[in-house]
Amino acid sequence: MVTLNSKIPQGPLAEKWTRYKADQKLVNPANKRKLDVIVVGTGLAGASAAASLGALGFNVKIFCISDSPRRAHSIAAQGGINAAKNYPNDGDSIGRLFYDTIKGGDYRAREANVYRLAEVSSNIIDQCVAQGVPFARDYAGMLDNRSFGGAQVSRTFYAKGQTGQQLLLGAYSALSKEIKAGSVKMYHRKEMMDLVVVDGKARGIITRDLQTGKLERWFGHAVIVATGGYGNVYYLSTNAMNSNGSAAWQCYKRGACFANPCYVQIHPTCIPVHGDYQSKLTLMSESLRNDGRIWVPKKKEDAEAIRAGKLKPTDIAEQDRDYYLERRYPAFGNLVPRDIASRAAKERCDAGYGVGSGQAVYLDFKDAIERLGKDKVEARYGNLFQMYEKIVDQNPYQTPMMIYPAVHYTMGGLWVDYELQTTIEGLFAAGEANFSDHGANRLGASALMQGLADGYFVLPYTIQNYLSKEIYNAPIPTTVAEFDMAEQAVREKIQKLMSIKGEKSVDTFQKELGHIMWEYVGMGRTKEGLEKAIPMIQQLRKEFWENVRIVGEENTMNPELEKAIRLSDHLELAELIARDALQREESCGGHFREEHQTEEGEAKRDDEHFMFVGAWEYKGENQEPELHKEDLNYEFIKVQQRNYK
Amino acid sequence: MNLTLKIWRQENAKAKGRFETYKLENISPDCSFLEMLDILNEQLVNKLAHPVCFDNDCREGICGMCGLYINGRPHGPDDGVTTCQLHMRRFKDGDTIVIEPWRAKPFPIIKDLVVDRSAFDKIIQEGGYISVTTGGVPDGNAIPIPKKNADEAMDSAACIGCGACVAACKNASAMLFVSAKVSQLTLLPQGKPEAAKRVQAMVAKMDELGFGNCTNTYACEAECPKSIKRSNIARMNREFICAKVCSEE
Repeated sequence: MVTLNSKIPQGPLAEKWTRYKADQKLVNPANKRKLDVIVVGTGLAGASAAASLGALGFNVKIFCISDSPRRAHSIAAQGGINAAKNYPNDGDSIGRLFYDTIKGGDYRAREANVYRLAEVSSNIIDQCVAQGVPFARDYAGMLDNRSFGGAQVSRTFYAKGQTGQQLLLGAYSALSKEIKAGSVKMYHRKEMMDLVVVDGKARGIITRDLQTGKLERWFGHAVIVATGGYGNVYYLSTNAMNSNGSAAWQCYKRGACFANPCYVQIHPTCIPVHGDYQSKLTLMSESLRNDGRIWVPKKKEDAEAIRAGKLKPTDIAEQDRDYYLERRYPAFGNLVPRDIASRAAKERCDAGYGVGSGQAVYLDFKDAIERLGKDKVEARYGNLFQMYEKIVDQNPYQTPMMIYPAVHYTMGGLWVDYELQTTIEGLFAAGEANFSDHGANRLGASALMQGLADGYFVLPYTIQNYLSKEIYNAPIPTTVAEFDMAEQAVREKIQKLMSIKGEKSVDTFQKELGHIMWEYVGMGRTKEGLEKAIPMIQQLRKEFWENVRIVGEENTMNPELEKAIRLSDHLELAELIARDALQREESCGGHFREEHQTEEGEAKRDDEHFMFVGAWEYKGENQEPELHKEDLNYEFIKVQQRNYK
Repeated sequence: MNLTLKIWRQENAKAKGRFETYKLENISPDCSFLEMLDILNEQLVNKLAHPVCFDNDCREGICGMCGLYINGRPHGPDDGVTTCQLHMRRFKDGDTIVIEPWRAKPFPIIKDLVVDRSAFDKIIQEGGYISVTTGGVPDGNAIPIPKKNADEAMDSAACIGCGACVAACKNASAMLFVSAKVSQLTLLPQGKPEAAKRVQAMVAKMDELGFGNCTNTYACEAECPKSIKRSNIARMNREFICAKVCSEE
């Protein structure tokens, strides 16, 4: 039975991190060389952690699912990274970034973690600049900023529309430097299959080589999981094809609690679904909402005519357009947070005002082009406009973009304490893989901030507090029984999958799961729908294990098998998402229970009963998981209803 | 759309490869190229045949994982896009499409259309970075960087490491890839202290790994999905000569 101890340091909010660093235990350089750390995942969090720990002198092994660390999906983040630099002198501060993040997360994040995030945000920018990340600059040569949703200041640093790419390449370069120096060993095309726990502590992992199918064992005094989120449980999402929640799920099944799985972010500005063969959804950066205006026709007959192809958006007169975000939220307008913008789009489309297939709204740059000129708009968003045109075959300079919400990010993840340690000793989780900083809704440009904060500035400190106790422990040989058993279990699972030889392809199951999740555990959830979804998922899982067809062999490169292994985990994780959504009888952030809304259709929280982190403990196959509650105590912030009006 | 596909199939690095022909019917022109291959694979699985292996990940043109040689061109007939961004509306009903992997000695084939591009990582490890460690760095605004330099560095840094430049080059030269990284770091004041050492180490590694030299045909620039300019190569050559002649490193 686990107990959740968040280990938040005592003292005033602004001093907690300083005090922690002053009190924590360190490892001396000679001992660092004797300690092995495993990092799984090479995105922003994993690469930055591995590079930083390698530079400190630890022996680091890092595992990458792709052919190079630079493929990790952090690379696709477009818009920017937040930091409380206050360069524009517009009133920003650590306190304000902290406040915006807590409020944006609908008062469901831990105060101390979020404050620390805001505190180290400035260091991230400095670090990246020193690495040669080519952030946008103004004519004086100073760093440029723009605004993102949920903020009234400009604190977002960016590198054209490819900020994630540039930050990841920065972390990748730091990692490459350490690989060259020999402090980090890089293993590519290897996927984590299980966590090995010895005497209650995380001591290693089992991997599968994706080229040869070989199962391998790796020891570490500590293991860091930085494997991203589980958005692909929904099948269609903005995640990359290989992004998956498997590694985190294996940790859960070994005893790490999984927190707030129902907090899934649906991003408002994605290119709408266009066919059943579609494999993924493409995001159009939130930064577009700086200059683009979102609207649908005011009159239902106009919307119908557009859907029937009888009218074009440019035919609709100004007074017949409903800029519904500006109408409903005058203070923040088009820059309301993502959950609110997504729900507002769904509300209009459900009411019959949608365009395109009916599941789309317009994002219009007409006014911006008139105000700024086409050149300036192109300089700001050129690559996004080009991307849109390639996919949709329409020119967004001439006709408004069509957008619709899509699954994008998961705020939930492995439960971690202030040190980013899970409920398994020695197992740490960083970046999107943990639940820590975004509450029930993440603000734009905060994922990059959190991933890099965890990797560069938090873990290199907190992991030492743990490793300082490990200097007395020699490496455990990977021949001990725990490694044997873990590898054997993986082998049996793979053999079982291969032996089913059923009728339905992996993709078919994946799509069916996605349909269930989007329909019943998506943007609007109800008790009735969730109670229907859980047995449907269980039934699908049963069918999967009886009837999946995997062609090919297990000892060669076999993407069908890879997908099947991940899907077998997603079929379990999906149920936990639904269970969590069912227990949370309130609406908050990305979790919207239709029973719980205000008269104006806004999310209605129930602070009295649900101001807690819901952390689930695995209890064994076909057993109900147990919910543990970590109460959220807001000492420094006044909790109120979120208001962007 | 109805299509005929001729696809390179090869069991592993050592096996002998061959073209296989497949027929596909009723493909929507709005379908992406990789989704078309998904449909093919689904049909192969239904027939208990081995699906075609191809690398892909983000499917939005930024991760650099996908890369197919389509009708004799890396990333296919469209300019400025990766394979995953290519859509079937670029083809005609009844077309025959030939699909091959990148063909270059330093990129050995792993299976079917999947190649091993770890040589790129090895080149970066030789010096494609600024040697700062975490912490102890100056404020981001401490060194003003002229907008022109920052923008130019960004244009070079836009490289996605897909390897199309190498596949397009008759010499399998990696000059565009290497010069993009050298340029990015040379254009920024932070990158200057190590510039001479960097360019020499990266070029030496590139040669050692078996990439050919540049003979100025610029196929790399023409096929680069991110429009990385050949002026980067000129800049790298200049840096390299200066380093050889003037530097003590």
